[in-house]
Amino acid sequence: MSSLLSVRDLKVGFGPRPESNEVVHGVSFDLAPGETLAIVGESGSGKSVTSMAVNRLIDFGGGRITSGSAAFTRADGSTIDLARAEERQLEGIRGREIGMIFQEPMTSLNPVLSIGTQIEEVFRVHFAMSGTEAKTAAREALERVRIPDAARRLTYAPHQLSGGMLQRVMIAIALASNPRLLIADEPTTALDVTIQAQIMGLLSEMKRETGTGMIFITHDIGLVAGFADRVMVMQQGEVVEQGMLDAVLDNPQHDYTKHLLNAVPHFSDGRSVRHDMQRDADSRRVLEVEDLTVRFPVRAGLLKRQTGNVHAVEGVGFDLMQGETLGIVGESGSGKSTTARAILDLVRPTKGRIRAEGLAGAVSDRPVQMVFQNPNASLNPRLTVKQLLAEPLIAVRRRIDAEAVSRMVMLLDRVGLPADSLARYPHEFSGGQRQRLCIARALMLNPSILVLDEAVSALDVSVQAKVLDLLIDLQNEFGLAYLFVTHDMAVVERIAHRIAVVYAGQIVEIGPTSEVLANPRHDYTRQLIRAVPSLDRRHSDYGIDLTEIPSLVRPVGWEPEAARYESAGADHLVRAGA
Amino acid sequence: MPYPLKRLLAFPLVMFGVSVFVFIAIRLVPGDAITAMLGTESGLLTPAQREALTAYFGLDQNIFVQFWRWLAGVVQGDFGISTTYGQPVLRVIFDHFPLTLELAVLSMLLSLVIGLPAGIYAATHKDRPGDLAVRVIAMLGQSTPGFVVGLLLIFSLSVFFGVLPRMGSFVPFRQDPVGNLAQMILPALTLGTAFAAAVIRVSRSAMLDILSEDYVRTARSKGLSRRRVIWRHALPNALIPLVTLSGVEFGYLLGGAVLVEQIFALPGLGRVVLDAIQQRDYALVQGTILFIAFNFMVVNLLVDLAYAALDPRIRFETK
Repeated sequence: MSSLLSVRDLKVGFGPRPESNEVVHGVSFDLAPGETLAIVGESGSGKSVTSMAVNRLIDFGGGRITSGSAAFTRADGSTIDLARAEERQLEGIRGREIGMIFQEPMTSLNPVLSIGTQIEEVFRVHFAMSGTEAKTAAREALERVRIPDAARRLTYAPHQLSGGMLQRVMIAIALASNPRLLIADEPTTALDVTIQAQIMGLLSEMKRETGTGMIFITHDIGLVAGFADRVMVMQQGEVVEQGMLDAVLDNPQHDYTKHLLNAVPHFSDGRSVRHDMQRDADSRRVLEVEDLTVRFPVRAGLLKRQTGNVHAVEGVGFDLMQGETLGIVGESGSGKSTTARAILDLVRPTKGRIRAEGLAGAVSDRPVQMVFQNPNASLNPRLTVKQLLAEPLIAVRRRIDAEAVSRMVMLLDRVGLPADSLARYPHEFSGGQRQRLCIARALMLNPSILVLDEAVSALDVSVQAKVLDLLIDLQNEFGLAYLFVTHDMAVVERIAHRIAVVYAGQIVEIGPTSEVLANPRHDYTRQLIRAVPSLDRRHSDYGIDLTEIPSLVRPVGWEPEAARYESAGADHLVRAGA
Repeated sequence: MPYPLKRLLAFPLVMFGVSVFVFIAIRLVPGDAITAMLGTESGLLTPAQREALTAYFGLDQNIFVQFWRWLAGVVQGDFGISTTYGQPVLRVIFDHFPLTLELAVLSMLLSLVIGLPAGIYAATHKDRPGDLAVRVIAMLGQSTPGFVVGLLLIFSLSVFFGVLPRMGSFVPFRQDPVGNLAQMILPALTLGTAFAAAVIRVSRSAMLDILSEDYVRTARSKGLSRRRVIWRHALPNALIPLVTLSGVEFGYLLGGAVLVEQIFALPGLGRVVLDAIQQRDYALVQGTILFIAFNFMVVNLLVDLAYAALDPRIRFETK
């Protein structure tokens, strides 16, 4: 097998003494021309560092290759060891023979340069083109990634395009010179799931078209299941397993690979849902939301006159029983977070009714508490755990007495943290532990309802699974009702009894999880489910669907027609006509 | 309506506010104009003479009438007569402003020419000896008072090079460019060094932030040379905080640099304002402050327009 890239015993360290601060401990792999290698691992596994060591971008981030080699076969047939190449040689290889796509399309393009300028640059620098020649080449590159109206879009600044569009621009840049190797570092992680499907579809088509070899870095093994030829699993800077895709997925050898495949939530079309709670006549309704509507004014002009409204949430209604989880699923801009914030009284609804009921024996009259996405940002770094847990009590003017402290200790124990955590500060805990702290804090007032806004999205996949298990245990113990807002279908499948799918500010489908996921009725629900990467559907291709979410800005006084819902089975409603 | 025009509409409003404030403030200062004008001789005035003078200057009217008269004049382009200079206020301002403007422009240019490359160099050589040297120099430059730098410059030039700055009467640029620059270079350097230090610090820290941005990594992944990454991708982003800094500094400089003008015996706007306040020259104080406020607003407008030119994310509504 002639090899495109052959990496041997690559070691990478950081800082002034990289040998003693090594984060990649001897990685070896081979990549044949046109082949796709998926590097899978969690944060800190060294997968990104490995990939950026290949094109030596690591040099600019304070890292250094301390030993090992990376033999790269150039277009002219010669071989160069990238690990030892001079910066001047590397400049001729980066962007010319090795392209790269990054995780955050929103920040990966220069905000002050037009996207045309940024694409043209590749042609100017590597192909000595100029003027109209470079412009034409840039337009063709943009057309290649299916951006409509490319000529006009070239003049756009990055902020004028959506995240999905920008990632396509990034792909256009990376593929502009038909590189022999493309490195994609979590290229879809920051994107919505339907946009992710678009990008994956585009990448696999590009791969077929250009025959480029690819290194695809991801934390989601399901994402590359239908995409990669070979898989390499990394953990803490070491390769724990590598092999052909099917071999690794069907017959994993290493415990960590098995763990990634089994412990981590993978979407399975509604087959792994919870059955521990059934609604019946005795169920106690703790939350009722009727016709909830939230609109934000859009103002313009000298006098800041209101010219329209963003219809963020429009006529949303549902109820929630004690001990039940309702998953609110949707993509960015769908209004799912605004709904949660309205229930938390953080935004004022334009109209509608929200009624929440506390439990008997509740500590306060605030039955709704919340847990947010980013545990690092939700915990004040200057407060000890004891002070953090005391905050809800202070907010309702309760004294921090012995009883309160014993409740803190009890909750810390329930969320799986040692009692001596009380005197410690947030930075002494890991990400998963911090989210446990947030959960303990939310339970201090003995609420009946927890609003969990993307509460596990910032966590590594295996930590995610543990926190989900914890949430289920707590729910059963305390009889909590969860409103679980998420974009992640695999997560919602694990935790929700019922699902509400929101699109453009409205619920398009609501019903029991197994029903909605296994038997989706609304087009959007189907589209959403189809877009979820899945181990089961590993041999089906991603199609390219370039639909964009409609604008939610409407003129002042515009009132939508009330949504009509049709019954699609017991307790299963589907929005009709839209 | 274009955005700049809209901003211009706000000018009269701000100027009116400034006028009211200055009008009241100068009258709150103890001492009266007649005494200040005549100095020790004012003690010889009979009460009747004093009254006649007060009436002559209109100072016997109530303050609203005084303000109204002055405002009515200003609207018609008449800023009154300076009692100190015995000339129309506008004339006094326009006589002294060119020097101030020249000094401001020269010191800005000097500080940017010195500060920007030094800041970029320091950022791209972070924590290496060159960076440390630049940082020490910047620290010294910023913490040394301007008049000390000025005096040191004069001293070292005269002692070591035997060159004395031309301290004689001011020569306008149009009359004798060489003589003018010879006269201006030291004061400009004096003002410029302190500001260059600020430019170094701002451009260094802005560059450092930007060099770790994702889009700089993208630029590198495209195989661009070090130079191109810095000048084409990083610098335009770093200019934004620099424009903010320069705008504020330039606005101040247009109000005159009192200390430096004093050291180098330059008849700039700073000295005019100082004289006017000391002499209770009401018309001149009001006129110059108004003029300075106007300059500040123009500079601010230019800064905002520069933002829009530099960063496409900043766009002004055109409706």
